[in-house]
Amino acid sequence: MLAQQLVNGLTLGSTYALVALGFTLVFGILGMINFAHGEIFMLGAYIALLLVTMGGFSIFWALIGGMVGAALLGMIIERVSFRPLRNVSILAPLISTIGLSIFLRSLAQIIFGAESTRFPVSIKTEFFQLGPFQISLLQIVILAISFGLMAIFQAFIKKTKIGKAMRATSESLYTAGLLGIPVDRIILLSFAVASALGGVAGILLGLNFNAISPLMGKMVGLKGLTIIILGGMGNITGAMVGGLFLGFVEVLSVGYLTSSYRDAVAFALMFLVLLIRPTGLFGRVVR
Amino acid sequence: MPPLLEILQVTKVFGGLKALDQVSLGVDEGKIFGLIGPNGAGKTTLFNLISGALPVSSGRMFFKKEEISRLPDYRICRMGIARTYQNIRLFGKMTVLENVMVGQHSRTQAGLCSTLLRLPAERAENARARQTAAEWIEFFHLTAKKGDKASSLAYGEERRLEMARALSTEPSLLLLDEPSAGMNLQEVRDLNELILKVRSRGKTILIIEHNMRLIMDICDHIAVLDFGQKIAEGPPAEVRADSRVIEAYLGKEA
Amino acid sequence: MIDAYTSQVLTFIGINSILALSLYITALAGQLSVGHAAFMGIGAYTSALLMTRLGWPFFLTTACGALMGGVFGFCIGLPTLRLKDLYLAIATLAFNIIWVVMLMNIEAFGGALGIFNVPKVTNNWTVYISLGILLLFFHRMQDSRLGRAFRSIQEDEPAARAMGVNAVYYKVYAFTLGAFLAGYAGALYAHFVTFISPHDFEVDRSIEILLFVVLGGAQAFIGPVIGAVLLTLAPEVLRFLAEYRLLVYGLMFVVIMLLRHEGLIEEDTFSWKRWSRTFRREDRAAAP
Repeated sequence: MLAQQLVNGLTLGSTYALVALGFTLVFGILGMINFAHGEIFMLGAYIALLLVTMGGFSIFWALIGGMVGAALLGMIIERVSFRPLRNVSILAPLISTIGLSIFLRSLAQIIFGAESTRFPVSIKTEFFQLGPFQISLLQIVILAISFGLMAIFQAFIKKTKIGKAMRATSESLYTAGLLGIPVDRIILLSFAVASALGGVAGILLGLNFNAISPLMGKMVGLKGLTIIILGGMGNITGAMVGGLFLGFVEVLSVGYLTSSYRDAVAFALMFLVLLIRPTGLFGRVVR
Repeated sequence: MPPLLEILQVTKVFGGLKALDQVSLGVDEGKIFGLIGPNGAGKTTLFNLISGALPVSSGRMFFKKEEISRLPDYRICRMGIARTYQNIRLFGKMTVLENVMVGQHSRTQAGLCSTLLRLPAERAENARARQTAAEWIEFFHLTAKKGDKASSLAYGEERRLEMARALSTEPSLLLLDEPSAGMNLQEVRDLNELILKVRSRGKTILIIEHNMRLIMDICDHIAVLDFGQKIAEGPPAEVRADSRVIEAYLGKEA
Repeated sequence: MIDAYTSQVLTFIGINSILALSLYITALAGQLSVGHAAFMGIGAYTSALLMTRLGWPFFLTTACGALMGGVFGFCIGLPTLRLKDLYLAIATLAFNIIWVVMLMNIEAFGGALGIFNVPKVTNNWTVYISLGILLLFFHRMQDSRLGRAFRSIQEDEPAARAMGVNAVYYKVYAFTLGAFLAGYAGALYAHFVTFISPHDFEVDRSIEILLFVVLGGAQAFIGPVIGAVLLTLAPEVLRFLAEYRLLVYGLMFVVIMLLRHEGLIEEDTFSWKRWSRTFRREDRAAAP
């Protein structure tokens, strides 16, 4: 039973990790939080849904489409909420993205209705037995995509020229500019990547629970926030490990505590970390 | 008579860096004590330790014979040590008068209830604080700007405001951190006069400076820091001639 | 006199104004709380329970509500002292969420369903007299030792400490006071709407209170009140938009941040000096 929980936790955790990566990327580069990230996550899922139901695309193309759509949305948000406000104060972009999250959530509710919708994709419910673990085909797909993306992202950040430019900009916006790095474009790109990851996470989570709703972004967004606090804000490894950790903890707490406490667990952990070790388990990026 | 401020073998370590290394000195009451040395010598760090902004790594400090090594900054202010900053840290959105009145905080006591009820004691105390603040503002020739926001002041005025604010805390010891930075000849002369006037009010002054003329003119005693260590101490004439001091500033002769 | 509907709107305006000021006072000492609804809820539940279960009189239950708010404020404010800006905001957010979840699971306090039949005792007199006293307090605070202490901490905490201000004490003080006031507003709220549940005090409400202060601006104490007035009236005014209301509401803040991020009310918006300056300039321009 525990083994099964571990698999479930891993699956859930990997999607959380993707969401957290999105948050941490933005924080690492700008020192600010995109409060609308949860809504990008939600809209990524809906874009994929539309592509499948109305466009008749396969789930593969829906994933790509969802990623692209989410990335575009992220870039719009950067232009509207961050570019004009990031030198003004830390609070202004936060408030702006709070406003955007309210706007996007109600927009989704108007267009798609307030109820949750099923993802009309049937990945055959095949189960595989690996020793004590029982894992479904769906879970394998989710894990493959999440970890695959995380691996690609790591390679991108560490090995490519653009990835290095992003890391330089994270360390110091000012110095990066002096070195000739097109800082504005790098920031835009970071938002695109962060949002793409968030969008994919939305689709994967929707597949995992076989349901998406306009309100799914809210709680996940807040949890993404707790993960980066746990893992250290701006810290990429922390985001990934933190996401997996939260997935495990949530699944286990649903199993052994009442499910209604599930959400509180994440936040209780975060509160404790803030009190005891505010830099997070892996240390935060100093801004 | 023991010195007003006594610093004994004080060391400050930041990570791997020793900013101050076994520094000892004593500041006598009523004197103007100069602290000089090349940039990065640890002078401002020493101020931060004395004012309680940072904890000492080792060593002890005594003020009026009481140990202040472990006290928090607001307590040290209450005991009678006030400071100004190298980079000027005023309360920009508050007026000149309000800035200086903050200095009176530790000499007054009104709390929430007396504020809400406008008790006569509170009104009297507030008036007294305003009066004291106004006097120091007058002392530093800022009366014309009393009601203006601190952020609207010219550079020289900002420096004088910081001093007025510090003096409004009614200190026995005043720490001045490079007060003449950015000033022209005339302004430095005026500053010179002001500092001497402050001393004549019974205050003891410890001053960090790079302006040698100012230091030589007003200081009774000087200590020289280099790379966190005290390399010389004595009356101005002696220190000026000390070869180690010259070396520290100009580098070894070829 | 006035009809029941207008009276109701006025009551909400009053309660929201008190809430806005309760957040403003924590902001005054440089602390941003995004969990104020929790303190409001604590006050609401305390007052409602004391009256429905023990039959205590209104003035006592509201006092206890405020006190409980203050106690929790102190308990949260003290350990979170070291946290700054964003981290404090997130910590208070977390507290809000945790508190709501816990409350939903405590059957003794009504669980997820909440408390019904809270006696309706709040009227506009209570609300506006309270608000009046609060406004008087803020006015008196402007030229006071307490007010200067708060503001100096907000401006530059280390410099304030060097000038003798015990920043730790005042920060906890401001936070506790803000929670106390929020608790009081919560009690007033409970005895007006007569039915409260954990959902009334979720993060959405905290954000709503934050937006009062953001809209009105934190430059002058009347700012948050103006913000509360405008945002309480907005749903009534925007009623014709029906389900598009939230769209406009959300978009509004995006626009406000772009156009006037410090909020509507500046420190001297209501001062004669400022406006007479504008007119004098125009006179000079008109002269040949």
